[in-house]
Amino acid sequence: MTPRISEIWVYLAASPLLGLTLTLLAYQGAVHVHKRCDGHPLANPVLLAVVTLVGLLWLTDTPYRTYFDGAQFVHFLLGPATVALAIPLYAQLGRLQRMALPLLVALVIGSLTAALSAVTIGSLMGASKATLLSLAPKSVTTPIAMGIAERLGGLPSLTAVLVIITGVLGAILARYVYRALHIEDDAQRGFAMGIAAHGIGTARAFQESEQMGAFAALAMGLNGLMTALLLPVVMPWLIA
Amino acid sequence: MIGAITLLLVFQLIGEVLAHSLALPIPGPVIGMALLFVALALRGGPPPELRNTAQGLLQHLSLLFIPAGTGVMLHFQRMSDEWLPLIISLVASTVITLAVTALVLRFLTRRSAAAKDPS
Repeated sequence: MTPRISEIWVYLAASPLLGLTLTLLAYQGAVHVHKRCDGHPLANPVLLAVVTLVGLLWLTDTPYRTYFDGAQFVHFLLGPATVALAIPLYAQLGRLQRMALPLLVALVIGSLTAALSAVTIGSLMGASKATLLSLAPKSVTTPIAMGIAERLGGLPSLTAVLVIITGVLGAILARYVYRALHIEDDAQRGFAMGIAAHGIGTARAFQESEQMGAFAALAMGLNGLMTALLLPVVMPWLIA
Repeated sequence: MIGAITLLLVFQLIGEVLAHSLALPIPGPVIGMALLFVALALRGGPPPELRNTAQGLLQHLSLLFIPAGTGVMLHFQRMSDEWLPLIISLVASTVITLAVTALVLRFLTRRSAAAKDPS
């Protein structure tokens, strides 16, 4: 019996089917738990699914590469999903036009705050230079952040992880920050969420309301552009 | 659905081609998003098929971050060496960014609302 199972395992480990299926199963399990917890931000679906998958891969001694061979099909959809953000954005066209100037100012200040606060605190706490350079674009959506980290001389794959952690933190913490500061408008809540916590914050914002999601999507896209333009200028000046 | 997915991929492809040929620092999908936004504004809105597909895709946006997030296992060593500065800077920076951005936007929208409506 045992050799049969190990034969099947050898076959499955070599095909993309397992990584892909596991990703979808882990996600649906995580969404189920998230719902059972009444959508509590601590039961974040990305966090739950990642913890489950890392645990499984570690227990079965499976390298990340092998897993990613299957999971890349899900990862690939980040591209078309980013393009698709134009649709909820367009639905907010009227409000965007009325708020253009405040949004632009909040974008520049928010974008600089995200990068500078992380690098300053990290450097005061004694993080290494490679870590600081990887940390700088952590509020930007994964594909843009990895590109920026590469240009700065950081480690793109470390950046990807820090980006995801930031997104999960933003999705969890936003509720408490907004409650403490009495931020009640969905446009303001969504925009700050998109600046601080990119796509994962945006996913969380869409759960709250269509409008909050649209402003988060806008902020995420604009913050990607702004950070890509600002950081290569600001970082050399900040990290000697 | 296939038509809508094709359209999204075509816009992404145009974005990638522009980003690489003009050596822009902006990733292709973001340029694709901007172009699609302009196209929707010119057309006066998305066709229903595109709207439904986009909604379906964005409803499960969280799913798409899971493969990259699982990459955390490649960085256990560095992260266990530097966990304290990392976690403190990530948490503090996220809270500061949320607060600063929301407060700036609230301050500015109140001011511009007050300027337009003097009553």
